[in-house]
Amino acid sequence: MKTYLPARFRVRRDDERCIRCRVCERQCGFDVHHYDEEDDSLYCDDEKCVACHRCVVFCPTGALTVEKNPLSYRENYSWRPEAIEDLMKQAETGGILLTGMGNDKPYPIYWDKLLLNASQVTNPSIDPLREPMELRTYLGRKPDRIDLAAGNIGRWTRRAPQVAIETPIMFSAISYGAISLNVQESLARAATEYGTFFNTGEGGLHKSLYKYSDNAIVQVASGRFGVHQEYLDAARVVEIKIGQGAKPGIGGHLPGEKVSAEVAATRMIPRGTDALSPAPHHDIYSIEDLSQLIYALKEATNYTKPISVKIAAVHNSAAIASGIVRAGADIVAIDGIRGATGAAPKIIRDNVGIPIELAIAAVDSRLRAEGIRNQASLVAAGGVRNSADVIKAIALGADAVYIGSAALIAMGCHVCQACYTGRCSWGIATTDDYLMKRINPNIASRRLTNLLRGWSLEIKEMLGGMGINALESLRGNRHHLRGVGLSDTELEILGVRMAGS
Amino acid sequence: MILLDEAEQVLTIDAKGVYYRELNARLRDAVENGVKKVVLNNITGQRYLGTDLPGEVELEVHGTPGNDLGAFMNGPTVTIHGNLQDGCGNTMNAGTIVAHGRAGDALGYAMRGGKIFVRDDVGYRVGIHMKQYEGKVPAIVVGGTAQPFLGEYMAGGVLVVLGMGLQEGERHRANFIGTGMHNGVIFLRGSVEQHQLGKEVGVREPDEADWQLLRSLVGEFAGHFGFATEELLRGRFLKLLPLSLRPYGRLYAY
Amino acid sequence: MESTRNRNNPYGDDKVIAACCLFGMLDTTGKRIGGRDSIEAIANMHDRGNGLGGGFAIYGLYPDWPDHYAFHVMYTSQAGRKEVEATLRSNFHVAHGEEVPTRQAAVSNPPTVWRYFLQPEERALIGQSADDYVVERVMEINTGHRDAFVFSSGKNMGVFKGVGYPEDVADFFKLDDYRAYLWTAHGRFPTNTQAWWGGAHPFSILDWTVVHNGEISSYGINRRYLEMYGYHCTMHTDTEVIAYAVDLLARRHNLPLNLVCKVLSAPLWADIDRMEGEEQDLYRTLRQVYGSLLLNGPFTIIIAHQNEMIGLTDRIRLRPLTAATKGDVLFLSSEEAAIRLVSPELDKVWTPLGGEPVVGRVKSEAAVVAPTGQVLVA
Repeated sequence: MKTYLPARFRVRRDDERCIRCRVCERQCGFDVHHYDEEDDSLYCDDEKCVACHRCVVFCPTGALTVEKNPLSYRENYSWRPEAIEDLMKQAETGGILLTGMGNDKPYPIYWDKLLLNASQVTNPSIDPLREPMELRTYLGRKPDRIDLAAGNIGRWTRRAPQVAIETPIMFSAISYGAISLNVQESLARAATEYGTFFNTGEGGLHKSLYKYSDNAIVQVASGRFGVHQEYLDAARVVEIKIGQGAKPGIGGHLPGEKVSAEVAATRMIPRGTDALSPAPHHDIYSIEDLSQLIYALKEATNYTKPISVKIAAVHNSAAIASGIVRAGADIVAIDGIRGATGAAPKIIRDNVGIPIELAIAAVDSRLRAEGIRNQASLVAAGGVRNSADVIKAIALGADAVYIGSAALIAMGCHVCQACYTGRCSWGIATTDDYLMKRINPNIASRRLTNLLRGWSLEIKEMLGGMGINALESLRGNRHHLRGVGLSDTELEILGVRMAGS
Repeated sequence: MILLDEAEQVLTIDAKGVYYRELNARLRDAVENGVKKVVLNNITGQRYLGTDLPGEVELEVHGTPGNDLGAFMNGPTVTIHGNLQDGCGNTMNAGTIVAHGRAGDALGYAMRGGKIFVRDDVGYRVGIHMKQYEGKVPAIVVGGTAQPFLGEYMAGGVLVVLGMGLQEGERHRANFIGTGMHNGVIFLRGSVEQHQLGKEVGVREPDEADWQLLRSLVGEFAGHFGFATEELLRGRFLKLLPLSLRPYGRLYAY
Repeated sequence: MESTRNRNNPYGDDKVIAACCLFGMLDTTGKRIGGRDSIEAIANMHDRGNGLGGGFAIYGLYPDWPDHYAFHVMYTSQAGRKEVEATLRSNFHVAHGEEVPTRQAAVSNPPTVWRYFLQPEERALIGQSADDYVVERVMEINTGHRDAFVFSSGKNMGVFKGVGYPEDVADFFKLDDYRAYLWTAHGRFPTNTQAWWGGAHPFSILDWTVVHNGEISSYGINRRYLEMYGYHCTMHTDTEVIAYAVDLLARRHNLPLNLVCKVLSAPLWADIDRMEGEEQDLYRTLRQVYGSLLLNGPFTIIIAHQNEMIGLTDRIRLRPLTAATKGDVLFLSSEEAAIRLVSPELDKVWTPLGGEPVVGRVKSEAAVVAPTGQVLVA
């Protein structure tokens, strides 16, 4: 069927600069560029271009750029180009529209409507370069009190395991299969070097990455891929994945073509078969079933590891989180509507869930109102773009954050949203042998540790400005936040006051 | 009560119950009228002694002066028979402070010139952001030990801590010594562990020029308080100096 | 008060910010001393306050009523007094009540102040300790009654405070007439000029009192943590949360005071990492469990209760504290000069390290004073 879809981008080549080295042709994962020997020229299939900029960055003479196709439609607020093009694509295929990365719609980003405090006169700002500034955070269930009369205090800590992170930033779950082994290794190395955690996602832990398991959170998802005793034993934290911010309420589907021999071995499934994650866990149809799985994992790991439960931020997150804590979870991770994915139905990604800022504030408030906030750590995920977002999440009530998109961008991702194709030119969201070599773990892990270092330094500067020298004094301390451009209801849910008040 | 010895041009003031503003105004008046030395008795907490007085004058203080003694001081010599509180020698440019006792926090903050001698221990953040400029090299000599953040982001000058009163084998308790230091030098007699030093600080043995400087400063210190210089120079001195004049070169992304 | 917060904090700030001076003296033999020294000492630091708050906590004050809770209540109307007195009579056995003697002094807008010596009615305590019962009633009166505020509720001790310089507040309450073995005093410099009598220091609950210099930047989370344990921070001042934190940790969770201090002014993780064995376990666990009660920002506090006085600064010592001893007396002060004024000759004088408490106790046998270790135990 002839497609009626116009190209979204145009590749512009400055022929005077082009030296016909054909780097663009080799670098493009989407076969946009091709060389014609007869007339010694390079040509482009614009309609294949996803604007990932790989060719632009690698062109040695700077001959390339990518532009939006300036093609104009008749102005129509309702039938905007995206709506028309999505509809045409479905008319041509009859399928569910797929996409990658996080929600790109202009829902309010509350981070941008929250402002931080700083000390002036009545309280000195603290200079983080020369005075101690502590970011260490312990994740895990805390008791409501210490009872010295009960004897050996160490016995308590062993009963409710705590794990330390040296910066409140962890890498989100991204499964092997959705990304290449090199990418996961880069995340693992950076987490190890910086004293934080990477998260295996639901695709198991490759044999070669067990050496990083002291910094691993392993996931147990509905597909149970690669879950076995050794995997659980290796991890520091075991996370039950209920949902994901990019696709709340639905499962996953790793197509057989991405299930290479190594992926198959790690997921413990036959090579080339589709890896299907059911929408729910079929042993969890209710909250008491979640408790049953939590305790099954605690038994399997002899109560030595915190058990985390990750949910997508949905309408009644506060009540759900309360149930999860009462079900025995030691950590609750909440993934907001801007959380990313390797592949999700576009209609779900763009319309289901709520922003993480509202969810984390509501959950923290609810757990405090019920007097159970001590019983679990809270991790905020989905849409953290910089260190200010991290610190705002913590002031709203999170103990730490997960970053996914930010970590991928640090390694080269240009957020072209074509992860689901498996043809990622940057070698990230692919298991293709040729493409995945583009991620060199030596370099990519360096880029990631640089990111963690830069953000951590910035967090220390902001904390010092607020006159705080330990992160725990900011956690849930919403007095250091003020809102701008928010309604009374939004302010109330966020638990912050209007700027100027 | 005011006593003036005309011949010596010495004025004696009983400061009991006198508010600091009145007292400092009297000092300014007296100095303007040719008084070269003022003896202040019964000082209890009056602030800013020595501030805004011309260089030639000498103050002899009996009691416990208040905060900010010698703030912005530009030349006088102040001798205290008692203990100093916090913030003394703040942004001092020239002159001498001699304390026959101990001193509190942030002694010599941003001091650019002059000398401070304290017989006993000193508090937190002593010598913080001391700096040197052209010919001006400020110095603080402490007889006892110091509390944490000694020489914090020190940008010049000389800090000497003699550790008198520490027992054999007892180390200084301060941590964050020289944290953020980027110029100047600290001489510490006695021992510390590596974790007590700021990450910007390197440790060296004093060289001959250092010993010469130490002999001069410690000699002056010993002279003020009646110690034997050679006794004070005995034992191991650590020379602490910044590893870099620009410790934060890799801090920013451009 | 119906809305204590509005009284204390009319602009509705997150918290009232105040700077200050503080002073404390304890005779470790338990001998009762007059108030003149404390009043003179705090007055010597006049310039650290601005006349918008002064106060004293005095222990050993009511030896005739050692087993009765002594309530000090300020009233701004007769009707308020009638109402609260009815409430007190229905909840307590009121052994004695009287107006607190005062004289004309340079204080602004004084309320009427009464004191009552009370014991909970036995039948009202249903499986509850008398202390918990008293805390609940105090919270009820302070959040539910018009024109009345309970600002002291311990046994054989009392808080006196108001708007004025501390020496003027002492004059008003005729404190030179009282004798006690432990005095703490406070002069206040609030940045909010509509000062209210209840907002002055000390802050107290039962016989725990706190005077405080500094601003707590962790206030928001300290308060939210305490709310989980039923404390209502009605006045929105950071000192109030310190009093409740001490009550929670020391009285309800039964931690010894030196460990309470290690929660409020916790060792750095790097220091904990260098500890060993049980000690490391203890300090790590304390911080993991009570991290939300770490007081961040600059502070010096003097905490007092029956027979004990503790001085503590923040862990990087951003506010001053000088300790000194003379004979059996322990002094704590923002400035050494204030101590020297009342006791020119001292046996020992020192500035404790940040986060290291100075603990003075009335000695049953003999108090040990250790200037380097900072912990003085009976």
